[in-house]
Amino acid sequence: MSAVVQTENLTKIYGMGDVEVAALNGVSTNIEPGEFVAIMGPSGSGKSTFMNIIGFLDRPSGGSYFFEGQDVGSFSSDTMADMRSRKIGFVFQSYNLLPRTPALSNVELPLVYAGMPESRRQEAAVAALRTVGVEELALHLPNQLSGGQQQRIAIARALVNNPSLILADEPTGALDTKTSHDVMGLISRLNLEHGITIVVVTHERDVAAYARRILTFRDGTIESDVTNAPVPVPEATT
Amino acid sequence: MTLRSIIEVALQALARNVSRSLLTMLGVIIGVSAVITTVAIGAGAQVSVQQQISNLGSNLLVVLPGAVTTSGVRSGTGAVSSLIPEDGLAIRGLDGVDAVTPIVTVRSQVVGGGNNWNTMIQGVAPTYSHIRNWDLTSGTFFSQNDLDMTTKVCILGTTVVSNLFPGGGSPIGQSVLIQNVPFTVIGVLQSRGQSGFGQDQDDVALVPFTSAMKRLTGQTYVNMLMISATDGAVLDRVQADVTALLRQRHRIIPPEPDDFSVRNLQDIANAAAATASVMQLLLIGVAAVSLVVGGIGIMNIMLVSVTERTREIGLRMSVGARSRAILEQFLVEAMVLSTGGGLIGVVAGTAITLVIAMLAHWPMIVSPAAILISVVFSALVGVFFGYYPALKASRLNPIDALRFE
Repeated sequence: MSAVVQTENLTKIYGMGDVEVAALNGVSTNIEPGEFVAIMGPSGSGKSTFMNIIGFLDRPSGGSYFFEGQDVGSFSSDTMADMRSRKIGFVFQSYNLLPRTPALSNVELPLVYAGMPESRRQEAAVAALRTVGVEELALHLPNQLSGGQQQRIAIARALVNNPSLILADEPTGALDTKTSHDVMGLISRLNLEHGITIVVVTHERDVAAYARRILTFRDGTIESDVTNAPVPVPEATT
Repeated sequence: MTLRSIIEVALQALARNVSRSLLTMLGVIIGVSAVITTVAIGAGAQVSVQQQISNLGSNLLVVLPGAVTTSGVRSGTGAVSSLIPEDGLAIRGLDGVDAVTPIVTVRSQVVGGGNNWNTMIQGVAPTYSHIRNWDLTSGTFFSQNDLDMTTKVCILGTTVVSNLFPGGGSPIGQSVLIQNVPFTVIGVLQSRGQSGFGQDQDDVALVPFTSAMKRLTGQTYVNMLMISATDGAVLDRVQADVTALLRQRHRIIPPEPDDFSVRNLQDIANAAAATASVMQLLLIGVAAVSLVVGGIGIMNIMLVSVTERTREIGLRMSVGARSRAILEQFLVEAMVLSTGGGLIGVVAGTAITLVIAMLAHWPMIVSPAAILISVVFSALVGVFFGYYPALKASRLNPIDALRFE
């Protein structure tokens, strides 16, 4: 089975007036199915750019990117949108749930764009909410929920389309320490129990500690790539 | 993405801000209801004018005395006493003339049945009934003999009957006093209701014109001659012949102007109808402007909405919305606003029409074509004014949109 993500000498250059800034400066790495990778590095090290490119939100300036063996360079922007709806799940620092919209509808959103009929959408969304342990919040509105609950719903949204890859950008950035550990425990279990490939971008060492591999970026390149003995996953808490 | 799910997404988004959505629709609601009401009033006015024409009788010419210049002073129409009953007799001899009646009018108090009532007394010939196509519900019309003998008989309109004899019994054979002259009621006219100008046509009493001239007004001239032609095709020729005959009888030598005017009622009716349709066009123009203004309101709100929902757009893109799906979503939102406004406008316009029709006793016809056109037009307004904001939304970069504060 081919790697979920395979990049070769990936570069990304932003033109800022006359000055060109290289956000990525030759990144080559593989992420295999079932891996749990944390990406660390200071601000401006290129970790977010890398995540945007492997999440089909952005295109590289140079180098090549193969997703499950397919060369992404030839993808049209519609194909990239379709890849996002079928293969990728995003988790954001600020949850990004639709306001005044019930949790269930929020979770259904990727399936709407994937063209799934309504009857099956709801079933899948309830199942995803059950997986993250907040099934009973299906009809609540985001503003009625705590940050941890909102992030769980956002995680349910990320996994509802059975993605090959979940990308989490600072998923605990807006949460307190205890809730952060709950959310990271949940993400670990998705990796361990459901075998979903996960990439987490984070500043925090104790968040990265949940991953089994830690990539550290600096100045647009991978500074280190180490295997990590993950912290034990706590029992499920809801 | 299916159309159904696009509409579903658009409705969800609009439902998140109900009051703003309704206010945005208001412009279109007002525009469409104005179109519906205007068209209904215009159609009603046209029907009313047509009714008027058939009520007057067909193929009618009216001769009014008028406009003579005496020592450089021009008098207005109807101010002179140039028409006499003999003019009518002479006109009856013309080819193509079906019937003629002189008309003498005077407003007077009528006393009868213990009540009194001020009404329009019209002195006419027996042919009046035929010319105006106006029959009696009971009794008989007066005859040539009554004209010759200047008998004191009258025929009452239903308004006069109901005011003098409210009890409901037949007034026929009763005596009424007109300017203290006793007249015997010999007939009651059919009810005609209001004229198109809001006049009660039933508020009238008919007497022989000879009796009116001799016993009521003392005048030797008549106020009007009403002529019916044998058919509509000869109307223009008859009009010319009448003009020539009256000029000859009144000894008017060119270049002196006529001291009378001959009017073709069909022309008047056509002019009234033309005026009504010009007014209608004008009002539709105003309504169209308000629809466009409503459309600009929609564009404005959609632009605000796109900015306000930048993060939502970024999120939708990141979970797999193609830019086309975003374009469609915002376009459909604009169309739902405009078409929804259009539909509400149709309901409101129809309701306003019904209320006006009830209050004004004016026939109003809500036209299905107007409904269809205004709904389609309001949908087009949505597409036209919604396209730019939708395009703007669909061209957002998902990464920037997600970071938007």
